[in-house]
Amino acid sequence: MAQIRVENLRKSFDQFTAVHGSNFTIDDGTFFAMLGPSGCGKTTTLRMIAGLELPTEGKILLDGEDVTFRRAAARDIAFVFQLFALYPHMNVADNIGFPLKCQGMGRTEIRQLVQETAKLLRIEHLLSSKTSKLSGGDRQRVALGRAMVRRPKAFLMDEPLGALDAEFRHLMCGELRDLHDRIGATTVYVTHDQLEAMSMADQIAIMNKGRVEQIGSPQEVYDRPASMFVADFIGSPPMNFLRFEGGLHSGDRAVNFHDTIIAVPEIREDRASAPLAFGIRPEHIRFTDAAPVRGEVFGAEYLGTTQIVTVDTAHGRIAARLPSSTSVRIGERVGLEFRSERVSLFDVGSGLAIQTAFEGSARHG
Amino acid sequence: MTSAVASSTAHSIVEASPRSKAFASALVILYAVITILPLLWIVATAFKSQSDAIAYPPKVLFEPTLEGYVNLFTVRTRQTPDFIAKLPPPETWYDKLVRERDMVIAGPSKVVPRFVNSLIIGFGSTFLAVFLGTLAAYAFSRFRIPLADDLLFFILSTRMMPPVAVAIPIYLMYRQLNLTDTRLGMILLYTAVNVSLAVWLLKGFIDEIPREYEEAALVDGYTRLQALRKVVLPQAVTGIAATAIFCLIFSWNEYAFAVLLTSGEAQTMPPFIPFIIGEGGQDWPAVAAATTLFVVPIVLFTVLLRKHLLRGITFGAVRK
Repeated sequence: MAQIRVENLRKSFDQFTAVHGSNFTIDDGTFFAMLGPSGCGKTTTLRMIAGLELPTEGKILLDGEDVTFRRAAARDIAFVFQLFALYPHMNVADNIGFPLKCQGMGRTEIRQLVQETAKLLRIEHLLSSKTSKLSGGDRQRVALGRAMVRRPKAFLMDEPLGALDAEFRHLMCGELRDLHDRIGATTVYVTHDQLEAMSMADQIAIMNKGRVEQIGSPQEVYDRPASMFVADFIGSPPMNFLRFEGGLHSGDRAVNFHDTIIAVPEIREDRASAPLAFGIRPEHIRFTDAAPVRGEVFGAEYLGTTQIVTVDTAHGRIAARLPSSTSVRIGERVGLEFRSERVSLFDVGSGLAIQTAFEGSARHG
Repeated sequence: MTSAVASSTAHSIVEASPRSKAFASALVILYAVITILPLLWIVATAFKSQSDAIAYPPKVLFEPTLEGYVNLFTVRTRQTPDFIAKLPPPETWYDKLVRERDMVIAGPSKVVPRFVNSLIIGFGSTFLAVFLGTLAAYAFSRFRIPLADDLLFFILSTRMMPPVAVAIPIYLMYRQLNLTDTRLGMILLYTAVNVSLAVWLLKGFIDEIPREYEEAALVDGYTRLQALRKVVLPQAVTGIAATAIFCLIFSWNEYAFAVLLTSGEAQTMPPFIPFIIGEGGQDWPAVAAATTLFVVPIVLFTVLLRKHLLRGITFGAVRK
């Protein structure tokens, strides 16, 4: 079990820079998710931690030990691939026992450890099967078994559920988290699926274009996004942005939004007049006839307990999550009231969140 | 329900109709006859007597004799019947056969050393070409190599002109290096010609093997070389077998350079066979016998690797 530290990690391929100086620490036993759209550098970062790719600059420390240029086999970490990468010429037991065989362990000892691991994953009955005959979920379990069997310092997983169908993915999410809790090993989990990251991780690092945008618990990144990218990437539908021009003063509790005064959490910094955005999650919007921001209902999407109602306003289209019991008519004019204590403010130029009483503790990677 | 479908007379688009099946089989059989017939004729000729072999119209039915094989393996001298009558009785069946033609065996012919040369040069160059080709193909497939595309084109370009066009430079070079008429020289030459084919073919095969397999092995404790040997190669067996067969067929059958560069010590079968001369010209039964024996190793090799070859020819042609 180990702590993983990444310092100023940078990776360039020819002209293209995949990762721009990342810094973060993953504490021992943490389930750490790296989340971002494809091409954001999350997989490259993971591969550098694994030793499958060498960084252009920076350091990787495993339990305080510099392993930046150590080869993968000497790092004592395990890697689970998206396509599982089970060796097709070996059966399930041989696949699970392979890392032990590499270490030169005796045959009886290997068999015993393989048995134990298989039992933990409930795949004992499959041990002598060919890997090509297995279902996606069982392949995934075998891949996990191969990773677990030698009790590595850390598990690195590259979209391990990406190849499974949606229903099964949900089940495996639960299983993975359960397994993590039982073993307690540090896990780094790369995914582009926010639901996977939100449901499993202790900490999430959100990456974009090779930079870490924010690191925090699922609730932190959802409630207090550090940038417009994070606010937009996390949440479905994403956060609504209403753009306006204005200056800010520390201590203000309201902003001048197109000549309407809208309450916000207490602002903690001074800003000269600049393009700003007002961010509000769909579930923090209510329909109130008296509200100053008004619009026309464009459509409603029924989701069971809630519905997503889209409203066209003078400042763009806004999505609101309302109880399904609220009746809305398309074309109806409504007033939108925002829960002021949950509003975020962003500087459109830099995309970063503005410090407020609510936003205060969010930190930027 | 299923029986209704089975008895339906409607033309299925997936199942071939009996008539088209019969037509396809007929075509395949015709093709087999066309390709196998000359081979059968050679095998048969090897068992004919000199006069039957050149009879016109050609004889399909004849009295088989082993004369062709005996002539292939021996050197004989003609003697007077008196001389032969004075000799002690023949020790073996082939002594007897030769004496019936008023000849005695003077010694073994050169066919065995020539055959051994062919085996050593053919399999040696195939092994080298496939070995080097696998390593090069793996490197091209997996690592960032500066100018990789140019290098690959350069490798391919060695095949762009007919090899005979460089026959004279190669001859002069070999004479300078004392490589003419040596097995080493021939192995190097055939390897050089085959290695480009091997690199290109094998690169295609190795590209198809997901690199996650090796990466998993690297993380699990293998070195790069171990991962190549124990994880990549078992999956590339198909490609390696197909490539080996192509290489062997080339170096086994190569004629032009063999004629030019070998005359004694290192001569292979292709230049040897046409010059099997009997009394009064070409000894056709002996030539046919030599050809039959010459075909055997390559047939055996192909049959042994057939399973891989069948998959190998189409494998790599389709990208995922």
